[in-house]
Formats: sequence, C-alpha cells, structure tokens
Amino acid sequence: MIALSDYLILSAIVFCIGLAGIFINRTNIIMLLMCVELILAAVNTNFIAFSYYSGDVAGQIFVFFILTVAAAEVAIGLAILTLMYRNRGSIDVDVTNSLKG
Amino acid sequence: MIDYQFNIADLCFALPEVFMLSAAVVILLLDLYTSERFQNLTYYLTQITLFVTGYLAFTLIGESQVIFDGTFVLDTMGSTFKIFTMGFAMVALVYTRHYLKVHNLFKGEYFVLALLSILGMMVMISAHSLLTIYLGLEIMSLSLYTLIAIARDRATAVEAALKYFVLGAIASGLLLYGMSMIYGITGALDIAQIATFATSATLVSEQVLILNFGLVFLVIGIAFKLGAVPFHMWVPDVYQGAPTSVTMFLSTVPKIAAAAMLVRLMIDGLGAMQAYWSDLFMVLAILSIALGSLVALMQSNIKRLLAYSTISHIGFILLGFATGVIEGYGAAAFYVLAYILMSLAAFGSIIALNKQGFEAEQVSDFRGLSKHSPWFALIMLVVMLSMAGVPPFIGFFSKLFILQQVVSAGYVYLAIIAVVFAVISAYYYLQIIKTMYFDDADKEIVVSAPLDMKVVLSINGILILVIGLMPSYWMVLAISLF
Repeated sequence: MIALSDYLILSAIVFCIGLAGIFINRTNIIMLLMCVELILAAVNTNFIAFSYYSGDVAGQIFVFFILTVAAAEVAIGLAILTLMYRNRGSIDVDVTNSLKG
Repeated sequence: MIDYQFNIADLCFALPEVFMLSAAVVILLLDLYTSERFQNLTYYLTQITLFVTGYLAFTLIGESQVIFDGTFVLDTMGSTFKIFTMGFAMVALVYTRHYLKVHNLFKGEYFVLALLSILGMMVMISAHSLLTIYLGLEIMSLSLYTLIAIARDRATAVEAALKYFVLGAIASGLLLYGMSMIYGITGALDIAQIATFATSATLVSEQVLILNFGLVFLVIGIAFKLGAVPFHMWVPDVYQGAPTSVTMFLSTVPKIAAAAMLVRLMIDGLGAMQAYWSDLFMVLAILSIALGSLVALMQSNIKRLLAYSTISHIGFILLGFATGVIEGYGAAAFYVLAYILMSLAAFGSIIALNKQGFEAEQVSDFRGLSKHSPWFALIMLVVMLSMAGVPPFIGFFSKLFILQQVVSAGYVYLAIIAVVFAVISAYYYLQIIKTMYFDDADKEIVVSAPLDMKVVLSINGILILVIGLMPSYWMVLAISLF
C-alpha cells in the first residue's frame, strides 16, 4: 500500500527539480518550458493523491483543467519562441537578455 | 455525494461575463470579414462592449449570491470592481488607439485579446473557488502574453513577452502548488468551506502548519502577479520592452483583478490566518517601497522608471492589506483605484508624444514640453505631483489613508519607513517636472494625439485633482466594499 505521504514526497521532489531547473538552466528556453511542465506535473500528482485519499473528486477535476490550461500555455509559449527565433536567430537564454537597467 | 444542480436562472447573475464572452467572439468574427477601411468598427464595438458590460455589472449592484455550485460569487465588491475595470479599460483603449495608429499596429486581434483578458479579470474578481481563481488568472495572463508579442517585429517586445511568459508560468505553478496544499488539508476548493475549516477551533498544530505551508505559496503567487519585491524581476523588463499601449494596459487594469484575488484568497478564504499573512505582506510591502523608490532614481527610460514607481505603489497597497482591519482594506482598494488613475494619465501622456515613426520612451523626450504644449505639461505635472504624494492630489490622500491605518494598527515604524522612501521617490518625479519645464527641447516636440484622446486625457488629469479635493466619499465607498 502506498501511503499519501509517499505521493507528496514524490511530488515535492519533482517540484524542486522543476524549480531548480528553471534557476540553474542557462542555455535553452525550451528547457524552461519543460521545467514548468515538471512543476505542473508535481501539482497534478498532489491534487490526485489528495483527491483519492479523501474520496473527493473535485481535485481530479481540477487536474483536467490544469492539463488543458497547460496545453494552451505551451502553445502560446512556443509561438512566442518562434517569434524570438525569427527576430534574434537564436533561443539561447544569454542572447535573449537585452533589457537591462 | 455530488448533488450538483445547474439552475439556468443563475446565468443572469453572471450576465456581464456571458455578455463579454459572446461579444468578444462576435467581434473576432466581424473583424475577419471587415475590410481595412472599416477597421475602426472593431474599436468602437469594443468600447460599446465595455460600456454595456459595465452597465450590466451596475444593474447587479446590491445582489449577493453564490452560484454555480459555489464557484462564482456575486457581491457588491465584485460588481464595483468590475465597473471600475470597465471604466479604466475604456480610457486605456482610447489612448491605445492613437498609439496603434501611429505605429501601424492597429489590428482587430488587439482589441479581442484585450476583451478576453478583461473577461479573465472579471472571472478572477467573481471567483469563489480555487478553480475559478486559477482559470480566471490564466485567461487573463495568456491573453496578456499574446498582447505583448503583438508587435511581432520588435525584438524587445518579443523578449518582454517571453520573460513575462516564463515568470508568469512559474508564478502559476507556485500558486497551484499552494492551492493543492490548501485543498489537501481542507478537502475543499470552495472559498467559504476553506474559511469554515480555517476558523474551526479544533485545528491541531500539524494542520495549521500545512495551511501555513500552502499559504506561503499563495502569497508568492499573488506577489508575483502584483509585482512585489522580491518577485518583481519581470516588471521593469516587461514594462520597458512591451509596446507602450500594452505597458499601460498591463500596469493598470490587471491590478484590480490581482487585488481581488488577494481579497478572495487571503481575506475571504484564509481570514483566520491573518496573523500569518500580515507579516508576509509587511515584508513584501517594505521591500517593494524601498527598492521601487531607490532603483527608479537611476532610470532614464521613462517606462522603466514608471515600472519601479509601480513597484513602490504596490508596496503601499500591500501595506494597506497587511493592517488586517476593514478600514485598511478599504484604504488599499482606494489606493488601487488612485494608482490606476495616475498610471493611466502618465502613460497617456507618454503615448500623446508618440508620432509616426517616433517612439517616446526616454525622460529626455519630455524636454521643453511646457513651451510647446503647456496644457499637457500641466497634466503631466499634476500626475507626477500626485504620484509623489503632494496634496491636494489623489496620490496624497491614498498614501495618507494607508499610513493612518498602519499607524492606528500600531506599526508606527513601518509608516516612518514608508514616508522616508516616499520622500526619496519624490526626487525622480520632480526631475521629470524639471525636464518638462526647465530644459530646452533638443528636437521638435509634437503632441499629435487626436481630439478624443486629448479630451479623455484632460478629464483624467482633472479627476486626479477633483477626487483629491473630495476623497472622503470615495474612501467611504471603498470601505463599504468589505
């Protein structure tokens, strides 16, 4: 039997990997998108685990919405990335950092 | 255990949202089939939509209902916030049209996206469940990311969109993680049920701990959306990179929705945890006021300068919420409205200086404005004095009300710190005034704004003075919302 805490620990680890990936990653913006997906996956795990162990389906429905929004979010993110590539010819994090002050 | 009942009559309580969504879809379709010659049609339809939606929200004032199985709430605060959202959005779009025209960005999508982001704000304002808060937030944010990138050929705009997108996605992730924790411990998504759980006396310390854990993530999410230090990294870059009309939109209307989200989550939902979140907000507030005031001193780009000025204003708003009393919340709501009024006029003045092929974005672009156009220089003077907190303008009273509440809540030292930094920030506001009145123009300066924009900008500037002369009515109204 897998306990609720096991799921929570797993999701906390995935969450931290996602967050760390965003801050450590200095090369590619696609990687940033992947890390954001990891964070959302951690949240989904949390919701489903809580929902299952408390017998309340609202959490699982929330996950459906998160999945849908995440898909829309990635679509917009990739569209912006395409524009970035057209304008700058690169999607490296370093190249895309001209706004400073 | 699911006894969900859909009552079709409930839809009429969500009429402003329903109307806004239908109108946005209709306008999108109409825009596809209208020729270039009738481009203005989209703009006028958008303005009419905003007006009608505001009117519908007005007719619902006084109603108090929780509908759609507890996911949507209609109350006086929500309706009032929606009316103000519509009003400010209408003003913003008047300024926007001039900017889009001179920079060849005038497209129907712009207005549809603006309408959709406002729809998201309305959902946030009326949200009564963690799910609706999240969905409203995402409807708003996704439209805003796209709005910034609408200037497809500008590398800076695309970069700003990307930065806003990445940081916004992280913020949503953090907010969701907090929501999942709150859901896990309370077993409910409904704000009212969460409030019942948090106030129950039988909480053991582990439960309080987990509530706190979730609470911290929620606060981070809210701080990200408002742009409070230390989650402000996106604000200056996005404000500078985005087209000025989008910057104006971004810095004004969504702040109402973010404040509403704060009210729903923190005050309505976790009001019992006020002792915990007040401390967090105080730290955020003081850091924001300090950093916003100090870093703005070094900016020569006026959009970036206003970004840091926004951060310091956000600090004052959070300070009002941190007091934890109804008068403090009222003062914060008043500050939000005052800030938006000032910010609209400030960005409106920048946009008024734009002309074909010329993008006004440096402080030096204001040189010699008083000689060329004394009236608009006077409006900018009023805005800057008001932002600096000089009586009798609205900015003075909004700061005064906040500080009054902070002092009466017993945080005299916080009030002193806030005042000191407000005085420091007066330096850069006064410097803009000096640039307008005492520096000679090094290039030709033209206020080429069309008549409607000139009229609205003038009214906007006059309102800053007029509301400043009779602030107590608005303050009473703001307190009555909570």
